[in-house]
Amino acid sequence: MDATATPGIEAGRLSPEDYAKNFSDLHPAYDAHEAQVAADRCYFCHDAPCITACPTDIDIPLFIRQIATGAELAAADTILSQNILGGMCARVCPTETLCEEACVREAAEGKPVEIGRLQRHATDTLMATGRHPFTRAAATGKTVAVVGAGPAGLACAHRLAMHGHDVTLYDARPKGGGLNEYGIASYKTVDGFAQAELDWLLEIGGITLKTGTALGSDLTLDGLLGEHDAVFLGMGLGGVNALRAEGEGKAGVEDAVDFIARLRQADDLATVPVGKRVVVIGGGMTAVDAAVQAKLLGAQDVAMVYRRGRDAMGASRFEQDLAASKGVRIVFNAQPVKVEGNGAATGVVFERTASGPDGLVATGETFVIEADQVLKAIGQRLDGTPDGLTLAGNKIAVDGPGRTSHDRVWAGGDCAAGGEDLTVTAVAEGRDAAEDIHAKLMGKG
Amino acid sequence: MADLSADFVGIKSPNPFWLASAPPTDKEYNVRRAFEAGWGGVVWKTLGEAGPPVVNVNGPRYGAIWGADRRLLGLNNIELITDRPLEVNLREIKAVKRDYPDRALVVSLMVPCEEEAWKRILPLVEETGADGVELNFGCPHGMSERGMGSAVGQVPEYIEMVTRWVKQNTRMPCIVKLTPNITDVRRPAEAAHRGGADAVSLINTINSITSVDLDLFAPEPTIDGKGAHGGYCGPAVKPIALNMVAEIARNPETANLPISGIGGVTTWRDAAEFMALGAGNVQVCTAAMTYGFKIVQEMITGLGQWMDEKGHDSIDAIVGRAVPNCSDWQNLNLNYITKARISQEDCIKCGRCYAACEDTSHQAISMSEDRTFEVIDEECVACNLCVNVCPVEGCITMEELAPGATDLRTGKVVEATPADWTTHPNNPARVAAE
Repeated sequence: MDATATPGIEAGRLSPEDYAKNFSDLHPAYDAHEAQVAADRCYFCHDAPCITACPTDIDIPLFIRQIATGAELAAADTILSQNILGGMCARVCPTETLCEEACVREAAEGKPVEIGRLQRHATDTLMATGRHPFTRAAATGKTVAVVGAGPAGLACAHRLAMHGHDVTLYDARPKGGGLNEYGIASYKTVDGFAQAELDWLLEIGGITLKTGTALGSDLTLDGLLGEHDAVFLGMGLGGVNALRAEGEGKAGVEDAVDFIARLRQADDLATVPVGKRVVVIGGGMTAVDAAVQAKLLGAQDVAMVYRRGRDAMGASRFEQDLAASKGVRIVFNAQPVKVEGNGAATGVVFERTASGPDGLVATGETFVIEADQVLKAIGQRLDGTPDGLTLAGNKIAVDGPGRTSHDRVWAGGDCAAGGEDLTVTAVAEGRDAAEDIHAKLMGKG
Repeated sequence: MADLSADFVGIKSPNPFWLASAPPTDKEYNVRRAFEAGWGGVVWKTLGEAGPPVVNVNGPRYGAIWGADRRLLGLNNIELITDRPLEVNLREIKAVKRDYPDRALVVSLMVPCEEEAWKRILPLVEETGADGVELNFGCPHGMSERGMGSAVGQVPEYIEMVTRWVKQNTRMPCIVKLTPNITDVRRPAEAAHRGGADAVSLINTINSITSVDLDLFAPEPTIDGKGAHGGYCGPAVKPIALNMVAEIARNPETANLPISGIGGVTTWRDAAEFMALGAGNVQVCTAAMTYGFKIVQEMITGLGQWMDEKGHDSIDAIVGRAVPNCSDWQNLNLNYITKARISQEDCIKCGRCYAACEDTSHQAISMSEDRTFEVIDEECVACNLCVNVCPVEGCITMEELAPGATDLRTGKVVEATPADWTTHPNNPARVAAE
């Protein structure tokens, strides 16, 4: 019997070869010739639109010219001096809505310079040398606590360490890396890259990583402030929004982020169970990552259901097309009403929606999609806000470079208000907060 | 379609595209394939004296420079004249000419600067049935160290003397191939003319070092750690060749001397440009060495299409047409005023025009917050740099100001009457107006 047809949530639906094929690199590394051809297309624009579009302001034309002239290590320095996670961002950035969308060759020919892959070429070349290109300044004697070893925290910690401060980096999970390690689709960051990049980043020195240590249970903000000169909060969004649909507690219903984390941490993908029929609820990058990976794990039918229309979808058109190309069916304008099933989920009842002048309205028309696994990807929320910090909406309010309402506490990344919830945005916020902390600690702020 | 057949100093070919004396024409196998591909003629790779053949280096013979997408723009070589026995070449020339009587087959020659040497080789060539000879006074490397090639071409008296020997010792048409490694190409052309040459061909290759190996600190191509200058050719040399062709074509002393144009001809358009400047045909080498013999099909069809579109029914209708427009700077009309115009519809907002003008020219392009680039007429001197750096062809153009319009840079009204430097008030040597 075809293992993809086995009902229920089962592991081992595919052959080892199929797992390997399905989860191979989405955008494989360039070889040297491909990199030369790609770099050759850059026009070296004046005040280039791609730089403006990059949240970390990487000097893209300069690093591409450096690649074109055979100076890949110099190119990597150009990238990493602005974005220490340039290797990961090269893999996971939605470049189609950032630098590559702004590329003038997109305007000219509908085919931008492949900036993301070129960036990967440069950073991979550097990392293959085993060299860490930055050195620490003389020790300042100041200490900073950084909470959360995801993109924001890592960028902040690295920049602070570079300026000579001693950093203690806390993370609630068993490993550092945050969403890079636990949250991003596997085919975007193959071969344990998140951990390799983390190890490489820590080579700067001066950063002590303490995993399995969560704010709220193991740490308090007051405690951290007592031991450190400043605190940066970059712990991301630990909570997941509820569906508010009947039957949400049935077996087979879970958060997409948990499904993805389990998949990312699996030593053998054949041990990761997946439904025969999977419904993913949501329209963002997490929803796409979950839906595509469910399909790649061998699910027979995967539907991604989003309550609004295509244009409102958080996932880019590239991500939508990727999902469609892998066989994911995308259903627009439908919201969940009820999870059906006797104990375990067997299907989800959806109601059609329509966008009107007063926002989204339910039309009363319902339909059912059969499912033995339901993955919720309708957004995450801040879990356990430290007392005494002002919030904006349900995130930590920040002003300028991550300044919170407490004068020794900064915040950045997904837990801070403002900015898109992207890896690259988190890196920029962590970096900028570090510069502000540095200025403050050194009496220049 | 227009008639592309050419009659160059009595040598007929079905089209004006010849392969130049070079590796592509070194042997029968190549030349037959070239003729099958459609080439109108070849100049067989230079033959030397009978006796032990020339030897070549056994390391790299070529060096190159590249443009975008590794497109070969310039090629340098340190290869010598044919290294095959004279009798083999003569036998093959005879066989090829017999089988392709409608194609031009000219034989390039280089023997020592002694009349006896020329007297020995000319009858041997004549016996093959070849259409003519081309005297290689151009090769700048290797043979020049032995008193041949450009060592002759750099001394007008030698050119005249050897040309005269050749004309006295053969009935074949004689083309003198000139070196560009001189200060004024008109002097060697005049010398060839005085010696009785039927035509000149130019340019031969230019002395060059294409690059330096930065690990070895040695010029390339590198032979066991050392390098010697080679001869440079390909698209990069075309502007130099065009100018030299035009110089000879508009020199009254050589105005009627036929010219075979050589130097970076890569497309039909390049060929048309050489012919417009006075070349009766063109010779091609680097383009064939880069892309193979098939390119001649593009050249033939492209030239034919252009001639049809423009109503030029034969090669004669285009040869030399641009020569009367080749002038000197002092004669250029200073009342001809243009301004750059940027097509906002075509602009892709790369900003290269802005960077070029702002950093290196006249600060005559403005850039707005939303990356709209516009020409500031008050500052634009019409230098054309923005046109040249723009990646989108036709996006920036130069627009002529009509007489009566005001040039906002100078505040002066554009005059309808031309005026040049010879009569300009700032010229201390101006010719007084009548």
